[in-house]
Amino acid sequence: MTAIDTAPFSREEIAAESIKLEEYEEIVKRLGRHPNKAELGMFGVMWSEHCCYKNSRPLLKNFPTCGDRVLVGPGENAGVIDLGEGLHLAFKIESHNHPSAIEPFQGAATGVGGILRDIFTMGARPIAILNSLRFGKLDNPRTRRILTGVVEGISHYGNSVGVPTVGGEIYFDVAYSGNPLVNAMALGLMETADIVKAGASGVGNPVLYVGSTTGRDGMGGASFASAELSEDSADDRPAVQVGDPFLEKSLIEACLEAFKTGAVVAAQDMGAAGLTCSTSEMAAKGGVGISLNLDDIPIRETEMTSYEYLLSESQERMLFVAEKGREQELIEIFHKWELHAVVAGEVIANPIIRIVHHGDVAAEIPAKALAENTPVYKREIVSQAPEYAQKAWQWTSDSLPPCHEEGIGNQTWKDLLLQLLGTPSLASKAWIYRQYDHQVQNNTVLLPGKGDATVIRARRQTESVQTYRGVAATTDCNGRYVYLDPYQGAMLAVAEAARNLSCVGAQPAAITNNLNFGSPEKPVGYWQLAKACQGIAEACTQLDTPVTGGNVSLNNETLDHQGILQPIYPTPVIGMVGLVEDVRNICGQGWHSQGDLVYLLGTWEATLGGSEYLATVQQTVAGKPPEIDFSLEQQVQRACRNGIKQGLVNSAHDCADGGIAVALAECCLSGNFGVEVTLSPSNSQRWDECLFGEGTSRILVSVSPDNQQQWEAFLQQQLGNAWQQIGIVTGKVLNINSTLVVSLDEMRETTESAIATR
Amino acid sequence: MNFGVVVFPGSNCDRDAAYVTQDLLGQPTRLIWHQETDISEIDVIILPGGFSYGDYLRCGAIAQFSPIMKAVQDHAQQGKFVLGICNGFQILTEVGLLPGALICNRDLHFICDRALVRVEHNHLSWTQNYSEKAVITLPIAHGEGRYFADPDTLTQLEHNGQILFRYCNAQGEMTSNPNGSLKHIAGITNERGNVLGMMPHPERASDDVLGKTDGLALFQGVLKAAVMV
Repeated sequence: MTAIDTAPFSREEIAAESIKLEEYEEIVKRLGRHPNKAELGMFGVMWSEHCCYKNSRPLLKNFPTCGDRVLVGPGENAGVIDLGEGLHLAFKIESHNHPSAIEPFQGAATGVGGILRDIFTMGARPIAILNSLRFGKLDNPRTRRILTGVVEGISHYGNSVGVPTVGGEIYFDVAYSGNPLVNAMALGLMETADIVKAGASGVGNPVLYVGSTTGRDGMGGASFASAELSEDSADDRPAVQVGDPFLEKSLIEACLEAFKTGAVVAAQDMGAAGLTCSTSEMAAKGGVGISLNLDDIPIRETEMTSYEYLLSESQERMLFVAEKGREQELIEIFHKWELHAVVAGEVIANPIIRIVHHGDVAAEIPAKALAENTPVYKREIVSQAPEYAQKAWQWTSDSLPPCHEEGIGNQTWKDLLLQLLGTPSLASKAWIYRQYDHQVQNNTVLLPGKGDATVIRARRQTESVQTYRGVAATTDCNGRYVYLDPYQGAMLAVAEAARNLSCVGAQPAAITNNLNFGSPEKPVGYWQLAKACQGIAEACTQLDTPVTGGNVSLNNETLDHQGILQPIYPTPVIGMVGLVEDVRNICGQGWHSQGDLVYLLGTWEATLGGSEYLATVQQTVAGKPPEIDFSLEQQVQRACRNGIKQGLVNSAHDCADGGIAVALAECCLSGNFGVEVTLSPSNSQRWDECLFGEGTSRILVSVSPDNQQQWEAFLQQQLGNAWQQIGIVTGKVLNINSTLVVSLDEMRETTESAIATR
Repeated sequence: MNFGVVVFPGSNCDRDAAYVTQDLLGQPTRLIWHQETDISEIDVIILPGGFSYGDYLRCGAIAQFSPIMKAVQDHAQQGKFVLGICNGFQILTEVGLLPGALICNRDLHFICDRALVRVEHNHLSWTQNYSEKAVITLPIAHGEGRYFADPDTLTQLEHNGQILFRYCNAQGEMTSNPNGSLKHIAGITNERGNVLGMMPHPERASDDVLGKTDGLALFQGVLKAAVMV
């Protein structure tokens, strides 16, 4: 007889907590008895993928996590790196995909709120937000509604809380129709001397509950976030939390003030799985226990059960362990900011979580049983690439209609360039970032749309110390590449992130990643996840950008019209940060002055495999994404960075989606100058391959003619022959080989209206 | 010159303003908690941007009841300088130190951008460092920045020279208006000229490390006034 047979719950009740039957057996083994309802709920959320990485952990362990600059690696609320001059940067990315699919506004808003808490819990003041977003095609009204809601949610929360939303990326693809991705990344500068950690310590120390009240909102959000979406998901709307950015702003100020007193021993924000997660993680990390009295918790609703208290995901709440005797000092700070602060428990020697409610013990679980030694599912990785990938790899450009110097069929290259510039994924994102306050805090050096990455001055707001040091940040992932070849695609995402940082003159330093995938229980899904993790590990090792943490979001799947679960494109979003030694010495992507010389660093090699051109113009998703040569990649990036540092480079832009033609157009639009270039495709290269083919290790730069000699000598020494002068910055027209001629006005109208008018 | 920057719960440009007056201009600057009531040593009081009390009821509607606002009104009464930026402008209209109201932007979205603004005249300390009708670039960031007032009030504002900044195009013509403000109004003063409310953020355009510095002259103008007294 198994434990299930004697369980006080039906199998349906157990399944409703997202607990598998074998996991239930394990719970009974660990407790030596059956759990009660509240305890079952606690295991349900703590053993969800969102909280314990039960499917992905074996794959994540190969990430490089150490480096000279890394102060805190994976495992804490956020990673922390050393920027020099005593400046420490906390950063992390997190997803809010499923809530945003159901309730776009609050889903996205609380995604921002949650990632900010991860940052200031460490003692860092948030200084920037980036968002990596994926939606279905914009002509679908539902997509339009989700996009509008998500953008308004981010705008509502980020603007009010006073943290600039400065960058990110957005793609629109039918693969994300039912399951949009909303990943929010935040950066913060440490304001406390010591990094505030989560591990509780000091038996007898009081446990403080601070911030907002607890209600029934967001019940079981972590479990919900870890399940696939269905028609009925809208019924789960109570699982979506409601955010209050005003409270969060006060909470930031109060927490940073509290940390500076030195009276806070440990802190943990209440995000996924609320009280359950924060108490058990603090206890487990500290090797102690915590006893918590629910009757002391400030509430916004009456008659809540212990289960509801423990699983509530009400926002803007934190748990502190305070130094005994100094709790009043902390409470007063929170009261000044008109926030709740109460002693709700204490640290105990016995390493258990004991929850008291109405004078009775409502739950009692060993802390480690919940938060550590959690279940791990090590699955078999199929040895051969799945059929879909093998089939896609057989594609070659020979299957495309023939092209001539003027165009393809009766479409001219100009028509095709304008078509690409009008594709929402490539078009101007001004309609979106104009709704985000991207200048609050007075540190935004490079505005959205002006560079390949954002650049923020690393000035501590609370000190009058002049600094020119800065940080650059970007998020990147081409999901189509990862779908076609997860290993290669993930490497390309890391390489592109590093290249984007190099294009603004920053030294790539470290990454955080958000692994958005389908179901790991399907062989194809697990293969994608495993291969992508290998790719990230390889690229991060090669480029010396260790992983300091991240987030895993699995089961991103929706039922299609035939009732078949369709996964999204596997999308491992890379959030990379880089060091800027002097923010006065950086580079934008737009042409700077008429007469400047334009160079292509890197190679002409480019492929239409997996390209935006192939997908948009030829309606084909196939081929192999570009190959990467890490040694050339690093040479090209180093040449660009050093050129910027020496003041030789006036603009730099990565050639990514849409190939060299789109990159040239972007340089024109951003700088408000034209360009005249001559491209020389090799004999075997088709014209569309040359114009719209995509490749790695390629950067377009412009240089003043006064510096030509010095610059070319420098390139020769840094890159050998892997560079070429291709043209000159001109007035208001983009002219490629006199066959693709288009005015800036025409391009601007197309690209700026693409998102706003759809 | 003593600057004071009021901090309401939800203010988020308080430190940005203090950075300009203290770090860039080297003036003593105090962050003043909204429950304080004694600001007698302050020469220029700044109500900063942000979302005071979350702006949940109506922008600035709650902040007007903060204890500090009585002191700010007395300060204005004495003819001392009051500068309300963005949310600060909204609070000044709510508390009645400035006429009119700021309502939802014409396209109903929050707008963060760099706006071209024309300096209407330079007869006041605020603008004495600008040339008359100068076109300057100032950042804007607001959801409710569309200036609204009844026709009589608008006529009076025009008549008294209380309109200090208007949205315009690069040639200074009234063709561009990001939020739909009546009469293209971006900033107004009281009749006496010592209270200024404006939606654009001069404090975000004061640091040459960040590029644009068209806002710095406004703070420098006030400084010059203090020297002259």
